[in-house]
Amino acid sequence: MTDQNSKNKPKSKSRRSFLIKGGIGTLGLMALGTYVFRNPMRRKMYEMTETLVVPYSGTGTQANLWIEFTKDNTVVLHSPKVEMGQGTFTGLAQILADELDVNINQITVKAAETATGIVDGMSTGGSLSIAQLWQPLREMAATMREFVKSEGAKKMGVDVSSITTANGILTSGTQTLEYAGALEGVTEFNLPSTPELRPLKEYKSVGKPIKRIDLRPKIVGDPIFGMDAEMPNMLHAAVIRPEHIGSKLKHADISEAEKMPGVVRILEYDDWIGVIANSFAEALAAKNKIKTDWDIPKVWSEETLRDYLRVGQGDKMITQKSGAPLDPDGDGVVSMEFSSPIGAHAQLEPNGAVAHVTDGKATVILSTQVIGATQKQVAEALGFDMENVNIVGTYLGGGFGRRLNTSHAVKAAIMSREIGQPVKYFFTRKEEFQNDTFRPPTHHFMRGKMNDNGQLSALEHHYASGDVAINALIMPSVMTSVLGTDVGAMRGGNIMYANLERRRAVQWHKTLPFATSFWRSLGLLANTFAIESFIDEMALNAGRNPVDFRLSMLGTDEHQSRIRKVIEVAAEKAGYKEGASGNRAMGFAASIDAGAPCAQVVEVSVEGDTIKVEKVICAFDCGLAVNPDQVRAQCEGSIIMGISAVLHEKMTIKEGRLYPINYGAYDMALMKNSPRVIDIHLIQGVDHPLPVGEPPLGPIGAAIGNAVRRITGKRLTDLPMKLD
Amino acid sequence: MKVSFNINGEQKTVEVSDGNSPLLWAIRDGVGLKGTKFGCGKAACGACTIHVDGNAVRSCSFPVRMAEGKEITTIEGLSNDGVLHPVQQAWMDEVVPQCGYCQPGFMMATAAMLDKIPNPTDEDIDNNIINVCRCGTYYRMRKAIHRAAELNTKKNNSESTQ
Repeated sequence: MTDQNSKNKPKSKSRRSFLIKGGIGTLGLMALGTYVFRNPMRRKMYEMTETLVVPYSGTGTQANLWIEFTKDNTVVLHSPKVEMGQGTFTGLAQILADELDVNINQITVKAAETATGIVDGMSTGGSLSIAQLWQPLREMAATMREFVKSEGAKKMGVDVSSITTANGILTSGTQTLEYAGALEGVTEFNLPSTPELRPLKEYKSVGKPIKRIDLRPKIVGDPIFGMDAEMPNMLHAAVIRPEHIGSKLKHADISEAEKMPGVVRILEYDDWIGVIANSFAEALAAKNKIKTDWDIPKVWSEETLRDYLRVGQGDKMITQKSGAPLDPDGDGVVSMEFSSPIGAHAQLEPNGAVAHVTDGKATVILSTQVIGATQKQVAEALGFDMENVNIVGTYLGGGFGRRLNTSHAVKAAIMSREIGQPVKYFFTRKEEFQNDTFRPPTHHFMRGKMNDNGQLSALEHHYASGDVAINALIMPSVMTSVLGTDVGAMRGGNIMYANLERRRAVQWHKTLPFATSFWRSLGLLANTFAIESFIDEMALNAGRNPVDFRLSMLGTDEHQSRIRKVIEVAAEKAGYKEGASGNRAMGFAASIDAGAPCAQVVEVSVEGDTIKVEKVICAFDCGLAVNPDQVRAQCEGSIIMGISAVLHEKMTIKEGRLYPINYGAYDMALMKNSPRVIDIHLIQGVDHPLPVGEPPLGPIGAAIGNAVRRITGKRLTDLPMKLD
Repeated sequence: MKVSFNINGEQKTVEVSDGNSPLLWAIRDGVGLKGTKFGCGKAACGACTIHVDGNAVRSCSFPVRMAEGKEITTIEGLSNDGVLHPVQQAWMDEVVPQCGYCQPGFMMATAAMLDKIPNPTDEDIDNNIINVCRCGTYYRMRKAIHRAAELNTKKNNSESTQ
């Protein structure tokens, strides 16, 4: 697999060169990465429609830096991906340690800054960080290791073939030399071709459940987040934004606000107002004194939205087609309707930014999944060249897709430019809830038909969604039109069971009057809920065991066999039993996302109207688990976030505004709603890492609904599932 | 107005224009301790949980003037001379944090709970730990809370026998 990957890599090995990075106390090395696809967006578009891992596409044509050696023989990895809780920094450090042959304790990982490092050309998202960087990072590290050896050989006066490496030290006979020593005085050089990678069996860190490298700072409360950033002489700002969907600012009276204590300046623009003060409390107090008048062209309601977004309306695209379509009114055709609501990201750290614009240069510090795109936006808004805008990415207090559009960096930069001082501003929680880039609501029709042998012979999924990838900052509209459909809404929308005579998936798309975009797992959550609930209902109708029923719908190729495996393992580990026992029952569901199949068995109890998930057994084929403990953590997190989404969460539209506007009212799973047992079984179906942060969100909704169906006899078809 | 309090063993005075403004900002921007987090501003998420005279308090909704003369502990003061508090140690052992943003609030809430309920049952945990974590670390957190209770008991036993 490794060799095949190497052959297919569209990179120019011979043209790669390294330069010393200037800077105090560092011996820097710079890798001119060439992991650039001619048309990465297009390739991504098509590959996202399959279940393959999208290749990494960093901004590798710039002279940038990945791996930096310090004089005290430690290594800094300037990561093109950010850390938002998914454990990527730890996995990258493990990979780097093994291939560079240093101890993991010698490695620090930082998010690369645009001014000095390579940032991902697209985003940190799609659960792709480890899967994408697995090959290029190992090649970078191996190249670096061989280069250090060749420089060390010169200094030690030995042949390079006599040198062995371990823990960042070169050894030849009785001589030893630290990597840092080998690089002392090196100023510029060309690297050799990518050497052979070390055999996986020699890796000491990859595959081990080592503790997260960012554990301690997160436990002692170090100021590592965007919200914690400060600059000297920094002022604080609060911003007024529209509360009503589609509304425009008509008029504002700032006269009272201007007199409030601590206020430095109030800036009025067409669609927002910035209140700059000495402290955040003062900025907020002054903001609350501003009287605003809004133009609201249309007052949206829950009903008008539901009528607007339905299967059969908007742009149509057949995303899967095999055999003739079912006649909805035909003999033996079963139909069911499903829906999911608007979902909020509700990440704990509010969006915000600290910006300083001075002397034609801008620096913006923030939590973002799109460092590159944010740089471009700020540069365009200020009329600066890209190289004069430095975006400094911090640790993120949650991402989940919300930070794939952090255009608020622009507002911070504009306010700083006007005031001539650094400005920090962030969203209040109400602004977060009303100005989210929401998970779009969805509407689904499932249709199916059994044959005379008690087998499902035809299955169709018709689904309507608002924007996910379409109109997203990182997806230029020209690209979404290439396929004519929303590749994000499509995730999990196609039917994964191959052994059906006819299968079909049809997407209907509309852009909604408020922003909707990526929410962890994209379409997968709602699509799998519809498909796997319906399949369960068909199995019950046929009197079939739902596990056997699914297995009989699978084909025999490698892809299908990997799905089969997770289904079998989950059922076996859970000891899946059909039917309810008192107020408890098991529910089963499975899905595949980004090439990573997952099956879950849940044990659910029902007391009155309360649905409680007692236990979750999860079988997940994540490929090679670079850090099995963190893969488990992602499964646990996906399961709990999934429970929250399918049993609790719902945004609604009241009189043109999105509600609720805070936690609590936006009902989310808390400690008491989390299963006491989560049992994860990892399966390695391929020899490389697969995306892990989202696929386990697929089955949870249907698995719960399927259990509730067995306890109560009710088929719950609308998210969030409620019995009252 | 000026407000003085003891925070993590140090006496501090902050200047605020409104005594009813939240203690949270006096801690974060006045004293400069960033471990206490802003999440919601309405005492709904618990990210800003601190101890005031030993009680868990959501500092985003606690008027700064009421902190006058009080003993305040934040996440930075939970450990003692670099030795982690049993709750922090348990959080390390169970590898609880993902993004980590909400975790100081959870650890402060847990430490306050363990002072009152040294060996909490699962129900005690459900009823007392009501902060919000979006990454879904509750499963590991529950394990860590039980572990912290054990570590606490051991620590107290060894201290009482000395």
